[in-house]
Amino acid sequence: MSSREVKLIFEKSREGRRAYSLPECDVPRKDMADLIPEELLRQTPADLPEVSEVDAVRHFTALSRRNHGVDSGFYPLGSCTMKYNPKVNEDVARLSGFTRVHPYQPEDTVQGCLELMYKADRMLAEITGMERVSLQPAAGAHGELTGLMIIKAYHESRGQGKRNKIIVPDSAHGTNPASAAVAGFEVLEVKSNERGCVDVEALKALMSDEIAGLMLTNPNTLGLFEENITEIAEIVHNAGGLLYYDGANANAIVGISRPGDMGFDVVHLNLHKTFSTPHGGGGPGSGPVGVKKELVPFLPVPLIEYSDGRYYLDYDRPLSIGRVKSFYGNFNVVVKAYAYIMSQGHEGLKEVAQAAVLNANYLMKKLKEYYHLPYDRVCMHEFVLSGVKQKEKGVSTLDIAKRLLDFGYHPPTVYFPLIVKEALMIEPTETESKETLDEFIDAMIQIAREAETEPEKVKGAPHTTVVGRLDEVRAARMPVLRWTGHSK
Amino acid sequence: MSRYIPNTRHQQGEMLKELGMGSPEQLFESIPEEARLKKPLDLPKALSEPELVKHMQEIAGKNANLDEYTCFLGAGAYDHYIPSVVGHVLSRQEFYTSYTPYQPEISQGTLQAIFEYQTMICQLTGMDVANASMYDGATALTEAAVMACQAVKRNEVLVASSVHPESRTVLKTYSRFNGCDVKEIGYSDGRVDLEELESKISGRTAAVIVQNPNFFGIIENLSEIAALAHKYGALFIVSADPISLAVLKSPGEAGADIAVGEGQPLGNPLNFGGPYLGFFAAKKELLRRMPGRIAGETIDAEGRRGFVLTMQTREQHIRREKATSNICSNQALNALAATVYLTVMGKQGLKEVADLCLQKSHYAYEKLTATGKFQPVFSAPFFKEFVVRAKEPVSDLNRRLLGSKIIGGLEIEKFYPEIQNGWLVAVTEKRTREEIDQLAGKAVGV
Repeated sequence: MSSREVKLIFEKSREGRRAYSLPECDVPRKDMADLIPEELLRQTPADLPEVSEVDAVRHFTALSRRNHGVDSGFYPLGSCTMKYNPKVNEDVARLSGFTRVHPYQPEDTVQGCLELMYKADRMLAEITGMERVSLQPAAGAHGELTGLMIIKAYHESRGQGKRNKIIVPDSAHGTNPASAAVAGFEVLEVKSNERGCVDVEALKALMSDEIAGLMLTNPNTLGLFEENITEIAEIVHNAGGLLYYDGANANAIVGISRPGDMGFDVVHLNLHKTFSTPHGGGGPGSGPVGVKKELVPFLPVPLIEYSDGRYYLDYDRPLSIGRVKSFYGNFNVVVKAYAYIMSQGHEGLKEVAQAAVLNANYLMKKLKEYYHLPYDRVCMHEFVLSGVKQKEKGVSTLDIAKRLLDFGYHPPTVYFPLIVKEALMIEPTETESKETLDEFIDAMIQIAREAETEPEKVKGAPHTTVVGRLDEVRAARMPVLRWTGHSK
Repeated sequence: MSRYIPNTRHQQGEMLKELGMGSPEQLFESIPEEARLKKPLDLPKALSEPELVKHMQEIAGKNANLDEYTCFLGAGAYDHYIPSVVGHVLSRQEFYTSYTPYQPEISQGTLQAIFEYQTMICQLTGMDVANASMYDGATALTEAAVMACQAVKRNEVLVASSVHPESRTVLKTYSRFNGCDVKEIGYSDGRVDLEELESKISGRTAAVIVQNPNFFGIIENLSEIAALAHKYGALFIVSADPISLAVLKSPGEAGADIAVGEGQPLGNPLNFGGPYLGFFAAKKELLRRMPGRIAGETIDAEGRRGFVLTMQTREQHIRREKATSNICSNQALNALAATVYLTVMGKQGLKEVADLCLQKSHYAYEKLTATGKFQPVFSAPFFKEFVVRAKEPVSDLNRRLLGSKIIGGLEIEKFYPEIQNGWLVAVTEKRTREEIDQLAGKAVGV
């Protein structure tokens, strides 16, 4: 990584420089004042930067060098499935036949787009054990919200509008309760038992005719498979509720087990996790939602249908919750996920889950001697260590994470799930070799030793990055959220 | 083995042995028997890389793409020029393969780019603060309505019917579940009907939402609407076309409290509707109620400038069900495209783009109406898009144009049945005089 400060693009601006190239106006020019009344025009120009093309390229190249990506190195960020993003998927997604297509073109001119979406819907339905899938939600949290709206609309359609409570485990992602609240539900929390799974007795005690459903991530955020899943499904179904599957951790089970067969009624998948589409620095993702047959009428409009040799957008769906996004979702992300599934097939997907789970268990076995492992049994695609042993020496989980930066790794997810103290959530994914894992293990062991022998070194980390630990309290208390200077 | 899995069978065997296991199946023993897949998934056979490329080319080839067709279709997604630099920057793996900048020390690239993006959005909209982007223009508008209801502690939202129909539909979907009471305000000569707005607005109104230029391409008189909204203590939300902001009065100048919009025109390909980005900016008093990620400037122990995600106490991973929104991502790569685009175009370039759109769309309007086959529908000023009335169903007209490799304007009747044979035509800086003349020629028909 480059260590020289990169000035803001605004600080590089010089009046009169330009990077753009536009054609001259080839139609008879009119005075702007004749076309738009003065009072509708801008008074103060937007103070955008003025740079040359080479300035622009060097600026963003310099910024890129201050980032760590999956191609830079190991990225074991738990629950985020930072697997390798195949290059060929980027290539095919850039075909003009996908990128240079307007969403309102006549259906006859977009048969390829519609076919791809229709097939992606069907393949994702097969993979999850659902009937149909809407590709409209733009992200996992958006999928959750959409799925919860579907659950609410379903209950309302059956005169069960009083079902306004959603149960969420204490180990759940923060988005689960947040999405439930946005969908107008009251959130009830169910505790985890000593094995890290939903406490079945506690769940039973929450059941009532006001329960709309249960949201569950499986494997859960501890990386453990909910071993009582079929019983849990029965309890919720018997009480008239539905089961929502948060697909954040689907990389563990793809090709091995299907949410539909576990008893789930609604599923979202994160195409940017399990299906290898790049995370883009935080988006765009894609969070398709799949449902069982009785919930299909409530899916967002439009769905893609096929008859008489042609694909079409079906808006004639009176029970649909409506739209949750413009147009048809993050189509170009779906293109990459489709390409990924086509390159894997059933065997390939099954190997993904097997290799991901094997990598996680191998890492866990090697690290548990050095770090506390609160739930010591076979994990799925990820596992959660606790830094409590190191904390006794004054070294926190945050310190361990920051020290890992010096070894060139992106640290694991830290302080999540909330039910584990000093949590370090590690997800290696299937796309890492044993050699990479062994090197990471060595680094983690070295840090554990340093915590014993030279804790200050860990507490002062990182030592090699372009900036040191940044003052986040200052950032929040005295917010500077934009450049406020004036360009030259 | 898959080409994306580096461990060999031999290595996997060693690792299993290390775990005391004989087969990979043992890893999955916690999955109850009845929940395990009994037969292979019914998926197509895996394709090799050359087969995959060929397959994808075949599917892509079934679409009419705008390298081959001339586009006069807009309606919320526009065929603007994307400078070459944008694609090259976005292809840097350090940007596209990274995740949310949770570890700022190794994410300064993404964080600084977001900070620059937020600054540019503030500059364009004339607002004080901006977030790191939302899913798209429609969800940004919807989140703005939710934020306004929470801020003003009222639940009625008045939205102009000249706002993009899909944005209004998304707003309605959300409001069915979140308790916002959405009412529409009609239009008169293509602009918000101020009389109707005045008759409907009251002390119950949390927000008034308009789009500028609106769905018909017409420029609204924002200042008048702002005054009316503020008179009743409601917030004024403007959804703006970012290209137009180079020349049109900014939401900030007009008195808006929240400015949102579809950011696709800023360097993002059409992509059959996504991924795009929604921009979201507001007055500083609303900062702590804003949804989404926000990057802020700070320093490290040595006083070096750096950037972090900040104001996180608003967000779901801290607040859970009490968060201001459930969003936990942004359209980072699309926002980066917008940042690079605005950098390359700069202060002058964006104005030129806006001016070219304005000139060419007016030329097209005159050409079409001069044929006598198209009648004006509205008389109010427009920016890069306009509505004319054809003498035949627009679907027939567009089908004929397709034969000449022209993608015609939107059949606006689909969304506004009262505008019979209405044709919403968009003309960006990319359209040449020759193409516009050809459109006018072919549109007249035989």
